[in-house]
Amino acid sequence: MKFKNRAGKVGEVGRACGVGESGDGLNPEQDLELLEALRDFRLSVCAWSEAAMSRPRTVAEMGRHRIWRLATVSALGCVLIAGGVSGGIYEHLHRQQTAGLVQHRQGATIAEIRVTETDRPAVVQRDQPAREEEEDLLAKVDSDVSRQVPAAMEPLAQLMAGDETR
Amino acid sequence: MATAPEIAAEDFSAVVMKHRLQIFRFLLSSTHDVDLAETLTQDCFLKAHRNWASFRGESSAMTWLMRIAINLQKDHWRNRRLQFWRQTQTHAVDMDEASEWLPSGERSVEQKLLARERVGKVAKVVEKLSERQRTVFLLRYVEEMELSEIAQATGLSQGTVKAHLSRAVARVRAEVGGKR
Repeated sequence: MKFKNRAGKVGEVGRACGVGESGDGLNPEQDLELLEALRDFRLSVCAWSEAAMSRPRTVAEMGRHRIWRLATVSALGCVLIAGGVSGGIYEHLHRQQTAGLVQHRQGATIAEIRVTETDRPAVVQRDQPAREEEEDLLAKVDSDVSRQVPAAMEPLAQLMAGDETR
Repeated sequence: MATAPEIAAEDFSAVVMKHRLQIFRFLLSSTHDVDLAETLTQDCFLKAHRNWASFRGESSAMTWLMRIAINLQKDHWRNRRLQFWRQTQTHAVDMDEASEWLPSGERSVEQKLLARERVGKVAKVVEKLSERQRTVFLLRYVEEMELSEIAQATGLSQGTVKAHLSRAVARVRAEVGGKR
């Protein structure tokens, strides 16, 4: 059991305790043991506080284990943050691209419709001779076909004419 | 010629030099934590410095500082209670460690052992006292303040201080032993 003998260093430690002077129920004659205990308690607290006050201050070195843990947590945090940010950017760009494509398609369709509507008379005018030629050709074919094909009752009429002669 | 704020600053420096150890000692004996006591002592003087202009001298500077220290200590324990889910690192030491610092003086080995045993007993009882009883007890028997000063520092009436002190002493007496 060790005792730190700091007598002579603690300044006011040696001062009398002064208990029992101000009506706190202690009698110096009857409570001798208690008064001594209180005085010793005071002396020990005084010596302890003076020692604590004058102790050299040291900065605790961070343990290697703690540094590694801190680094790992930081790295994981960075990865998570980077992943979140890049995912967000990718999603944003993807949406922008899709929206642009849809807009482009809609624009093209509208333009096509507009072109069709505005160019229809010109197209009709441009195709007019070809169409007329085609119609003429069809009419000619029809007339040729109708000239070559016999009339519907012609073979029967010939048969009947033969019977009458017999 | 020094200006009024300079004089006030000089006054405050003198007050800090004079009462720093006493405030620290009270906080250390209340908390048993050197780091916490140092932090609270710093906070106490910081608060005192901010309000130094409003100190009217109705009580002594020591009583005023002690009142600030008591309030800071109360705030600290209140915050700790509210943050019960947080595992705060504490450097509190057993009061038995404090008894190791007992100055041996001219005593024999046997007397030293007896004294240490007594101090350990008192320390254990003090640890178990209620917050108010402990504060009053420490102010009276460690800081050796008068009952009127304790009443001013704690904001209690003298009668209440006496009652708390009497109960605390009764408990210490029961543990340490005495004639009554």
